[in-house]
Amino acid sequence: MKPLYLVIGALLIAVAWHVARDERHPRRWASGAFWALLALLFVGGDALGPHAAGAIAVALAALAGAGRVVRGPAREEPAAQRAESAARLGHRLFGPALAIPAATVLLVLALKRATWDGRPLLEPQIQTLWALALACLLAGGLALRLTRRGPADGVHAARDLLEAIGWAGVLPLMLAALGAVFAAAGVGDLLARGVSAVIPVQSAFACVAAYAVGMALFTMLMGNAFAAFPVMTAGVGLPLLVRLHGADPASMVAIGMLSGYCGTLLTPMAANFNIVPAALLELKDPHAVIRAQAPTGIVLLAVNVMLMYVIVFR
Amino acid sequence: MNPWPLLGVALVVAGFALRLNPLMVVVAAGLATGLFAGLSPDEVLRLLGEGVLRNRYLLLFVLTLPVIGVLERSGLREHAQATIAKLRAVTAGRLLIAYLALRQALSMLGLTNIAGHAQTVRPLIAPMAEAAAERATGPLPPSTRQRLLGLVAGTDNVGLFFGEDVFVAFGAVLLMQGFLESNGIVVEPIRIALWGLPTAIAAFAIHGFRLWRLDARLQREAEAERAAADEAETQR
Repeated sequence: MKPLYLVIGALLIAVAWHVARDERHPRRWASGAFWALLALLFVGGDALGPHAAGAIAVALAALAGAGRVVRGPAREEPAAQRAESAARLGHRLFGPALAIPAATVLLVLALKRATWDGRPLLEPQIQTLWALALACLLAGGLALRLTRRGPADGVHAARDLLEAIGWAGVLPLMLAALGAVFAAAGVGDLLARGVSAVIPVQSAFACVAAYAVGMALFTMLMGNAFAAFPVMTAGVGLPLLVRLHGADPASMVAIGMLSGYCGTLLTPMAANFNIVPAALLELKDPHAVIRAQAPTGIVLLAVNVMLMYVIVFR
Repeated sequence: MNPWPLLGVALVVAGFALRLNPLMVVVAAGLATGLFAGLSPDEVLRLLGEGVLRNRYLLLFVLTLPVIGVLERSGLREHAQATIAKLRAVTAGRLLIAYLALRQALSMLGLTNIAGHAQTVRPLIAPMAEAAAERATGPLPPSTRQRLLGLVAGTDNVGLFFGEDVFVAFGAVLLMQGFLESNGIVVEPIRIALWGLPTAIAAFAIHGFRLWRLDARLQREAEAERAAADEAETQR
């Protein structure tokens, strides 16, 4: 992953540089420092070590918390010019945009087969990430050729979009770090004990509801169903449903995990799915995506409780 | 067992409820939770830093921004809108149902990164849904437009979440299988994946039903807005 992090870091450095030099930017030094510190995590994170990375995380949070990370003046091209260019380039504009997904798929398939010295060239977990990154570089080249622009235009365009997203783009990273602290502090075990202490364990339906709804609530708190799963399954699912009531484990965990995903639809803690898109679409309400998802998430959770009750005791 | 780390969870909930800056809330809660658990400040910082460094891949979406940005400056959104505006059969609701089906089907095949908020929603689907809605109802009131765009992003999430778990090689399926195995229960990953299907179908039905009613809702909201505007006009 190291080379990819260097590319991301280089892009972030360029963004920080342009922000800091922009005299019309209301907070050019603080905002520039924010992107520069983030770049440092990618370029020098491994060399600096976890201590320094933790300190950088605190500095990023302080800058954002003080309201110093704001958007500079966007330099979009005038609407008339964009319309003219859209008419001239037509459907060819879709080419580079669709090249990202298309090339990602082809590269995933190619990287699966690629071996070096009898071993896979890349480990399976990171093949897709590499494929996506390489597809972006390829599509970037196509886009620049099609629009007859230079790499500097790419940096400027990226800067406008990144500043529109702002600190929200870093939130997923910090939430993942918070998850690590929660795990080390045993927060999950504490919550699972609380759940099993308050439900009537003799009722199979109450146990099903506690497991499914507990997965959703836990996921809302932790922001991640994967973090909630081992805790809830070890604390409620296995002892109460499988051992006490004889539930089928395979279907129980499958529907349990998906109940967690219903929680993901409902929480600002799942920032990369719920908060970043709202920023990316430049919505006024940061919780607009959660509001739109809430009816689906809540109804689906109720359906999951029913499905689990019917399926695991079949 | 030391119950104090639970205060960290309470801090997160309180911080979000008070609408403080989420980035600050999350990092402060991380520091507080670690300290409540009896770790030294040094250890907490290291734990936080390890979490950050291990999850840097979450910012991979940054690499899509130069591509999308350059294309947008050359009129990608305008062209996406113009293309949809010509297709009379395409309404916002139908477009989103088709996108939901496509996203869910691709996720079931393991192709999760093929679409996403940065790759497809912002440059293509969002402007298309907006253009389709405006062709049917005329200009959208700002609040309706915000709700529509929120729903577009939400549709991407629903399609992704309730498709990927049906793919056998997806991390979550292997996580579940590994967890059961470490607790002495051996099951085939394919059984876990297949039991994800009933929920996947229910997700499509529930969200699809909401999208199917979307066009009528947009129409209603736009008419209510116009009526309110006329009212204000006559009163003046």
